[in-house]
Amino acid sequence: MATPAPPLRVAGRALARLRRSGRLEPWVYLAPALVVLGALLAYPLYQLVLVSFYDYRQPQVTGAEPLRFSGWANYRTLLADPQFWEVLGNTVVFAGACVTGTLAVGGCLAVLATRLSAWVRTLLFLAALGAWATPAVTGSAVWLFLFDPSLGPVNQALAGLGMTGFEGHSWTYTKWSAFGLVLSQVVWCSFPFVMVTLYAGIRSIPGEVIEAARLDGASTGRIALSVMLPMLRPAMVIVTIQSIIWDFKIFTQIYIMTGGGGIAGQNLVLNVYAYQQAFASGQYGLGSAIGVVTTALLLAISLVYLRVLRRQGEVL
Amino acid sequence: MLRRLRTDAAGLAIALVVAFPLYWMALSALKPRADLEAGDPAPFTLAPTLDSFRRVLLVEDFGRYLLNSLGVAAAVVVFSTLCAFLAAVALTRYRFRSRATLLIMVLIAQMVPVEALTIPLFFLMRGIGESVPQLGLNHLGSLVLVHTAFATPLAIWMLRGFVAAVPRELEEASWLDGASSFTFVRRVLFPLTAPGVVATSIFAFIMTWNDFLFATTFIISAQENQTLPVALLSFFRPDENDWGAIMAGSVLMTLPVLVFFLFVQRRLASGLGGAVKG
Repeated sequence: MATPAPPLRVAGRALARLRRSGRLEPWVYLAPALVVLGALLAYPLYQLVLVSFYDYRQPQVTGAEPLRFSGWANYRTLLADPQFWEVLGNTVVFAGACVTGTLAVGGCLAVLATRLSAWVRTLLFLAALGAWATPAVTGSAVWLFLFDPSLGPVNQALAGLGMTGFEGHSWTYTKWSAFGLVLSQVVWCSFPFVMVTLYAGIRSIPGEVIEAARLDGASTGRIALSVMLPMLRPAMVIVTIQSIIWDFKIFTQIYIMTGGGGIAGQNLVLNVYAYQQAFASGQYGLGSAIGVVTTALLLAISLVYLRVLRRQGEVL
Repeated sequence: MLRRLRTDAAGLAIALVVAFPLYWMALSALKPRADLEAGDPAPFTLAPTLDSFRRVLLVEDFGRYLLNSLGVAAAVVVFSTLCAFLAAVALTRYRFRSRATLLIMVLIAQMVPVEALTIPLFFLMRGIGESVPQLGLNHLGSLVLVHTAFATPLAIWMLRGFVAAVPRELEEASWLDGASSFTFVRRVLFPLTAPGVVATSIFAFIMTWNDFLFATTFIISAQENQTLPVALLSFFRPDENDWGAIMAGSVLMTLPVLVFFLFVQRRLASGLGGAVKG
C-alpha cells in the first residue's frame, strides 16, 4: 500500500507547477482585491443570512444568554407583523414615486436642453451639476431649512402670497407630506444623472435619421414616438433600472429629514426599518432578516440589469 | 425666434429653481445670525459675514471632523485604487480559466446593497477592534476598511478599460528589455493608466466623503473620531437649530465634491457617475 504524500509537499509541487507555467501570476495581482472583497463583502453577506436564522438580541450580544438557532422564526415574525407590510408598501410606493419623478423631470429637461441656446443650456447643466454633486446629508439639511415651518423661505413665500395657512406649517408632520418632502429632495439630486444621460443619447441620434423621417412626412410627435424613443431605449433602460436600485435603498435622506423614520415610524422604509430594529431595538436577528429581504429584492432587480447590459453588448 | 426666446426663458427659470437650494445654502451661511433667527426672507444680504464659518470651525471643532473625513477618504482612495488596479491587470492582461466568472462576480459585488450589510459589518468591526483597536468600532480605521471594500468593485470595473487599452507590443518590448512582469506593471502600465486612476480615485473619494450610514453606526461614542456628515447632524438641536452653522458646515462639506464633479463632468454621462449617488 502506497503511503499518501504529505499534503504540504503536494501543495508545494502544485504551486511550483503553477509558477512554471505563469498561471500563478494573475492570482498574485488579484490577491489584495480578493482578500478585501472576501473579508468585507462576501463574509458579511454570509453572516447577514446566518444571523437572520438566529435569535440574536441584546442579551446574546453581551453574552448574558447563549446564542440560539431559531430557524425561520425571524422571518415568521416579520411576515406576521403588519408593520413590516406597511414598511414594504411605503418602500415600494416611495421608491416608485421617486423613480417616476426623477425620470419625468430628467427626461423632460433632456428634451428641453436640446432646444435651448447654448449659454442657457450651459447654465442649466451647471445648476444640475451642483444639485448632483451635493452630498445626501447636506442636501437633506438644506431642504429641511428651505421647508422649515417658521424660518424657511418656502413657507414665508407662500404666506407672503396670501396663503396664511402655511405660516408655521410643518411639512414633516403628516406621513405623505413628509414623504413628499423627501421625494422632492431625491428628485432634485438624482434627475441630473437621467438628464445628462438621456441628453447624450438624444445627441447621438444621427441627424440624417430624423431628416429622413421628416421627408417621409412624419410629424414632430410621430418622430419623437417612433424614431427617437426606440433609439433611446438602451439609455432609458439603464437610467430606469439604476434609479430603481438607488431609490429602493435610500437611507440618509429619510433618516435625516424625518428624524429616523417619522412620527411613530410613519416614514420608515426597509433600510431604515432594519437599522432601527437592530440598533435602536437591539433585534439584530430580525434586522438581519429584513436586510436579507432587501438584498434579495435588489439583487433580483440587479440581475435584470445585468442581462440588459449583456444584451446591449457590454464586453465581459 | 419668439419660440426660441420662450424656451430659453423656461430653461433659465428651471436652472434658477435647480440652483436655488445651493444659493440659499451659501447665502444663509453668510447672513448675520440675528437676521437668520429673525427669519429674514431677503434673498440677499447687505452685511455678509464669516461668523457662521468661524463658529463652526472654532467652537464646534469642525476642522477636526473635516480632517477626519479627508483622512478616511484619502486612505480609501489609495487602498481601493491599488487593489482595483492590480485586479484589473489580472483580469484584462491574463487569460485564465475563472476570468469570466470573476468578472461577473465583480459586477454582482458592485450591486450588493451595502446598506443591508450594516449589521454584520458592525459585529465584524467589533470583533476586529478586540485585537486591533485602530481598525475597530469608534476608530476611523473601521470606515477605511469598509469603504475600501465598497469602492473596489466599481474601481475594478472602471479601470479594466484603461488597462486593456495599453497595447500588447509595449509589454513585449519591456519584456525584451529584460523587465519582469511586475516592473512592467509598475513602471509602464500604471503611469499609462493615470487618467483612469484619477477618475476612479475621485469616485472613491466622493463615495467615502458622502457616507453617513456607516459613519454614524461605527463611531458611536468617540466624538473626536466623527466624520463630517455625523458632525453636521449634531448641529440639529430640537427647536433651536443654528441654521447659520448648519449651512456653513454644509458649504464646507459640499465644496470639495463640487470641485471634483467639475473635474470628471465629461465622464458623468457614460453612466459611471451613477454609482456615486445612493
